Amino acid sequence: MLRLEGLNVSYGHVHALKGVSLELSDGELVSLLGPNGAGKSTTLMAISGIVRPSSGSIAYDGVELAGMDPREIVEMGIIQAPEGRRIFGGLSVAENLRMGAVRRKDKRSFKSDLEEVFALFPILEKRQRQAGGTLSGGEQQMLAIGRALLAKPRILMLDEPSLGLAPLVVKEIFEVIEGLHSRGVTILLVEQNAKAAIAVSDRCVLLETGTVALSGTKAELAGNPEVERIYLSRAEGGASHDAT
Amino acid sequence: MTQLEYLLQQLINAVSMGSLYALMAIGLAMVFGILRLINFAHGDLIMVGSYGVLLLNAAGLPFIAAAAAGAALSGVAGLLMERLAYRPIRGAGDVAMLLNSFAVTILLENLGIVIFTAKSRPFPSPEAFNAVVELGAVRVSSLSLISIATTVILLVLLTIFVTKTEIGISLRATAQDLVAARLMGIDVNKVIAAAFLIGSCLAGVVGVLWSARIGKVDPLMGFQPVLKAFVASVVGGLGSIPGAVLGGYILGIIEVLLQGLLPSSLAPFRDAFVFALLIVLLLFRPNGIMGGRDKEKI
Repeated sequence: MLRLEGLNVSYGHVHALKGVSLELSDGELVSLLGPNGAGKSTTLMAISGIVRPSSGSIAYDGVELAGMDPREIVEMGIIQAPEGRRIFGGLSVAENLRMGAVRRKDKRSFKSDLEEVFALFPILEKRQRQAGGTLSGGEQQMLAIGRALLAKPRILMLDEPSLGLAPLVVKEIFEVIEGLHSRGVTILLVEQNAKAAIAVSDRCVLLETGTVALSGTKAELAGNPEVERIYLSRAEGGASHDAT
Repeated sequence: MTQLEYLLQQLINAVSMGSLYALMAIGLAMVFGILRLINFAHGDLIMVGSYGVLLLNAAGLPFIAAAAAGAALSGVAGLLMERLAYRPIRGAGDVAMLLNSFAVTILLENLGIVIFTAKSRPFPSPEAFNAVVELGAVRVSSLSLISIATTVILLVLLTIFVTKTEIGISLRATAQDLVAARLMGIDVNKVIAAAFLIGSCLAGVVGVLWSARIGKVDPLMGFQPVLKAFVASVVGGLGSIPGAVLGGYILGIIEVLLQGLLPSSLAPFRDAFVFALLIVLLLFRPNGIMGGRDKEKI
């Protein structure tokens, strides 16, 4: 189980996370929702060890992650497919996938896992030799998820997997997420598309300007007017950018 | 000699010169690609390697063994440079790193002067380097052919390294997106060390070939090659390994062309023309020939 407690993160004078606490049980799919700048990506980057929290705790099965090197966190099986996909554009699809498995100890099962990823995203097999940067947005997202899966995640963190994709592709990506969830992969999903995210989640956590505003099960949140209020009040306040 | 043969002869000269620039520029490119650092101290690794060869050869080691050891010595010096001068200030920003590279240059060059005095020493190149090879009417020095052949072999090995080995692919990945590389769990310290080690060994090889070409070794000998390598990597596109190679060869060819075309009264200003051409190129392609669509421009 992953447990965040009283997590604070600052970028210079910007206090991006103000005491965020949340829990993620094994096998659960939890969505982290909220408007731009709420601190969703920062939360994931803190879990991955890319940004250092100024205080608070990130514990995975009782092991404290805060202060660990990203490499060690990946070795523990906590893998992120980051916002904007961030695939290696100049590397081939096959090389991108190989990079996902860089920290694995059991290199022997890489081949069979690669087969699984290709079964999930057949297009990636066809495009193996092509440079990652030449793929379409949807294919790049598939590559980003496939790359993360090859790290053998115990917890898979997906940051805005549907951003900028055509509706049909969004549907396909969400089907894959549901499929992974039903196979028992623990998922922490960051989404702006709240409706779609709530539909696939066991539980949701709503962030607003760096604090947890609301959390609950799908049923509790589905008709909650508070959800809309948070999104709308923020939208009226003008657009702002996520801190990461 | 016909005009065609003259052209061929000059082309071989150009390519051999370009080979040395290319090998140097690769080292700059690998480091810049990841750290955004133009390591001006890279040139001094040439000096380290060359003195290594000189001393080891004087101590009785056969030239080839001394040359290999000299290249390895440059590699070790590059590793130490990264560990002692750059890693501790890695978070401090690009300008701090650049200034540090000047500091390392001054330190190494003065260390060289303290140990070896500023006077140059003759480089013990073997007979085989100085022979003249006649291919029909085309006469070229064996050193030119050795330089070209060595570079081709090293480029093939380097290509295998960056496309087939995990650490080589990691190096390219890290150069493209440092954060994504860290998210994959790539050991960035190891990758940076590898970039320094390989680039520095290549500089050591250049040291041997360059010293053999100019026939001497002195503590300030690295300045000109690093400047040329810098031009080559800017021409090709800073941070791109294929770009560095391309830039190296273009520079070599332009230099030899200028030498042939410039009237003798202007010949001493050859480098000025080279740099003028660089300015013109950058006006049209600010990211170099293979710099891509990178939005970040100066």
